[in-house]
Amino acid sequence: MVAQNIAFGIVAAVMVWGALRVVTVNNVVHAALWLVLVLAGAAAQYVILAAEFVAITQVLVYIGAVMVLFLFGTMLTRARIGAERELNNKSWWLGVPSSVLLLGVITLALVSGFGDEELPKDAAVVSTQEISDLIFGPYLLPFWALSFVLLVAVIGAIVLARKD
Amino acid sequence: MFAAPQAAAETAAVALKSGWFLDNAWIIPVIPAVAFALIILFGKKLPMKGSELGVLSMVASLVLAGGAAFQWIDRVNSASEGQYIEPVIRTWNWWQSGGIDLSIGQHMDGLSLTVLVVVAFISTLVQVYSLEYLRGDRRYTHFFASLTLFSAGMMNMVIADNMIQLILGWEIMGLCSFLLIGHWWEDKANSRAALKAFFTTRTGDIGLLAGTSILFFSANSWTRENLGVSGFSIRGLSAWALSGSPGSVAITAGAFALFAACIGKSGQFPLHTWLPDAMAGPTPVSSLLHSSTMVVAGVFLVARLFPVFYEGMNIYGSSMNFITLIGGITIIIAALLAFVQDDIKKVLAYSTVSQLGYMMMGLGAGAWLPAVFHIFTHAFFKACLFLAAGSVSHSGSHHSFDMKKDMGGLRKYMPVTFGTWVISTLALCGVFPLSGFFSKDEIIDNVGYAGYDIFMIVGLVGAFMTAAYMTRATYLTFFGEPRGVLAGGHHEEEHHDVHDAHASDHGGHETHASHGPHESNALITVPLVILATLAVGAGLLNAVPFGEKWENMKKWVEPRPVVVGDVDRAAIGELRGFRTADTLPPDTVAITEVIATEDTVVAGEEVVSPDTNMAPAPLMATVAPVEGGEEATAYAYGEGHSTEAGGYGDSHSSVCGKKTPEVGVCHAPYVKHAPFKWSKAALSTAIVFLGIVLSWLVSVQLYTRKRGLVVGLTKRNRLLAAGHGFLVNKYYLDHLYEKVIVRGVAHPIAKGAYWVNQNILDGVVNGAGHGTKGIARWVYRNVDQRVVDGAVNGSGTVARGAGGALRPVQSGKVNQYGALLFAAAAVAGLVLIIINT
Amino acid sequence: MLVNQFLILAAVLFCIGVYGVIARRNAVMVLMSIELILNSVNLNLIAFALRNGSADGHVFALYIIAVAAAEVGVGLALVLLVYRNRKSIGLEELSEMKG
Repeated sequence: MVAQNIAFGIVAAVMVWGALRVVTVNNVVHAALWLVLVLAGAAAQYVILAAEFVAITQVLVYIGAVMVLFLFGTMLTRARIGAERELNNKSWWLGVPSSVLLLGVITLALVSGFGDEELPKDAAVVSTQEISDLIFGPYLLPFWALSFVLLVAVIGAIVLARKD
Repeated sequence: MFAAPQAAAETAAVALKSGWFLDNAWIIPVIPAVAFALIILFGKKLPMKGSELGVLSMVASLVLAGGAAFQWIDRVNSASEGQYIEPVIRTWNWWQSGGIDLSIGQHMDGLSLTVLVVVAFISTLVQVYSLEYLRGDRRYTHFFASLTLFSAGMMNMVIADNMIQLILGWEIMGLCSFLLIGHWWEDKANSRAALKAFFTTRTGDIGLLAGTSILFFSANSWTRENLGVSGFSIRGLSAWALSGSPGSVAITAGAFALFAACIGKSGQFPLHTWLPDAMAGPTPVSSLLHSSTMVVAGVFLVARLFPVFYEGMNIYGSSMNFITLIGGITIIIAALLAFVQDDIKKVLAYSTVSQLGYMMMGLGAGAWLPAVFHIFTHAFFKACLFLAAGSVSHSGSHHSFDMKKDMGGLRKYMPVTFGTWVISTLALCGVFPLSGFFSKDEIIDNVGYAGYDIFMIVGLVGAFMTAAYMTRATYLTFFGEPRGVLAGGHHEEEHHDVHDAHASDHGGHETHASHGPHESNALITVPLVILATLAVGAGLLNAVPFGEKWENMKKWVEPRPVVVGDVDRAAIGELRGFRTADTLPPDTVAITEVIATEDTVVAGEEVVSPDTNMAPAPLMATVAPVEGGEEATAYAYGEGHSTEAGGYGDSHSSVCGKKTPEVGVCHAPYVKHAPFKWSKAALSTAIVFLGIVLSWLVSVQLYTRKRGLVVGLTKRNRLLAAGHGFLVNKYYLDHLYEKVIVRGVAHPIAKGAYWVNQNILDGVVNGAGHGTKGIARWVYRNVDQRVVDGAVNGSGTVARGAGGALRPVQSGKVNQYGALLFAAAAVAGLVLIIINT
Repeated sequence: MLVNQFLILAAVLFCIGVYGVIARRNAVMVLMSIELILNSVNLNLIAFALRNGSADGHVFALYIIAVAAAEVGVGLALVLLVYRNRKSIGLEELSEMKG
């Protein structure tokens, strides 16, 4: 348990640091790379939480596909890659009180709600078969809806982005 | 009290016959569905541009549907009298979500087969007709694709075994109706009509979803427990409705919600306004969708779930209920509107609305079979009338549908069209040996018999008006002198505003004008002749006046109100897929015989009672409840048979629909059947002839002789003028919907939002800026200049700053909206936490 | 391991994401911040799945990943379109909604 806690601490620290960098650096490409760090950290947390299939999907889809999309998007919309001065808008300071207030409220709720509740120890890893049984069983309808969303997204992206 | 052994033997369950066509009826809608996909994908590359696929798929469906119908008749004949004829039900799991199983399957019984055959038949003929009618059209392939998809949707709805599948078919039909009405969408009026049809029916369709949900949640546990089917199942819902377990609120609410959908789809008052506008579509569409098949979907739904409406609307319970009321109103108002139409298709459209009113009224009054039979006969003659109207415009009046301007005297040029039109008109009016008589007269008769006297009179008045307006239309179209284009006048604008896209698509047809009116070719006349033949003969399938032997539809179609010992209670699980009686284990019959040989019914009851028997023995016994005493009509159906005038299946003594069956379930309520009397038939026939003759005389005076007394009467007499205007404006219902309701709802919202935007938001932002700026200026000029010069110099700047600070709230900047959103969420969360702790 | 350590980590990520959405003017950066928010939600789902001993949370985490992929695809297509029309992807320029 100690080992897990230590792993959690290190990964969490890296994630928070990475996330802060994502929203503060002045270079879009660097921000994307910091985001990779956060996403990889999230994958590590999933492994700690006995969710290996989700972790693998996270790596494949997020780090593999979504990040590539981001980098492409950056390259297609920027003539040059490099630091820019004005990545924050004028009212950026509004974000500080909003997010701090939000964090305070959520933390308050969590602490009063879950307190020192422990996660179950040595829980079995959730197998892929279990997940697929759920997806193609009780949650088939959302799965269909999701397939439809993806289809529409593909069509929509093509319609929006094509040159005509 | 005592079950006579021979009566018991009579009602013992016989293994019912089935056959390949009946067992595999689900293939019927699959064929056109596949054909639709093929037409869409490859249609344009085929030699006949995809139309051949459509026609072939329709022919295939027709053959299969015919086969299934014959096997169903065989099945009915194989049953013993008084035996419940189990529908051929097959279900498969379609999907499951959140513990709810949704299935797909077939529910084949007399009703679904009747409508299925009608749909397949009319679709086939209409597609053949369209080969010629739409030749050279710009979207020929798409037209056939939509027609084929429509047939697939309708057939799917008809054979549906559960409500979800039914909704699927229902919505596919709505979509196709939209596509086909707007087929020539370049014309603004057509696309408006398409949208109107879609939105109006959607208004009702909310009721379909609501009703299905209400019924599902009220019925699901009962059907699961007693029949092993979900609360969407049509069979389950029917049995549940008659089981006495539903609370009256649930079933009434469900029935009303479902009926709202029927009002929308079947063009009942007050949502009938879309149907006449739907005539903007090509004539084959009007013929197939908007007269004979799609619009009867609402009637079909009421007939399909008749037990639900029976209990929910309290049919037979009083001298009026909601369904008869709506049906009756629809008959009269639609028939009145038909008198003031100049467009031949609109006359037919209002006539359709009126006839649908008859069907609804019949169902509402418990005249189930006549109503269903009217679906059957009406489909033939109304389709024929529309196709004849199309033939007139196609080859006679040069694509015009205006009877007053462009028709007249066509009987000489178009003998086949004229002949079929007249036959169908007479059938529609209900003249004795033609099919309309046997269905419509039966509806009127049974409505009166069931105690709905007012509505019988409504029906008779409706019959009079039907005869009159159809005579007027016939006279205007086929008699008198040729007018307009027929008379050689080339008023291009008339036909162009009717059928702009169509006419311009028909390069080849422009030459018609010079050739004058002529008969259409065989692709048009052959369907007309076939339909006219059926308009004559179809009534003989249930010719009540000729005696019991002729009442075949009643025997084949009407579900028998028999209490059925529950078969499925034991069969849950392993027999899920296939639930016909002949797949039951052979000991079924044996057990039934055991019951039969017991000398008291009580003993029999012990065997089948649900309390004592959750045992696996599957039972197919027809056991009546024991009421004790003199009422102990043990085998209800058989007893009724022997006491009442020998009528096959006269079901007065059946318990179904009267009280809760103590053992087993009912699948259909008992229905009353009026005994046929020639005196009544003579009365209604006389009324019809009176209508025809009067209307003929008036038409001659009005349209040919132009007698001064009648012509322009509606202009001279103020009262008549008011009535005429009221009718021409369609009771101002469209005004009500578009101007009052839509504006009344949408406008204030939009206006209010605009006002809030302009006055409050802008006012706060700009007003804060400008107002304070104004104040500052005032202060500057008056106070500042005169009183304390210089001291308040900065106030103007401060005010401007305040305005500037408030203005960003409506900045249009996404980030700031985001900040507001999240800050508000945080504050709301904080409030919740404070409240909860 | 406490439940709360994961939940609070997720909350922190969420709020950083919120800050990013509010503060950034570059549309691509805003999309990245939204990804942070979505990931924090996923972390919550997985943590609760472990706590409740059911795999339902995993299913929905997967669904969220899929939706996020769709969202990024459409979002970047939008950004591309905006860039093509205005040669800029600053969100301040998209203020036709101004009141």
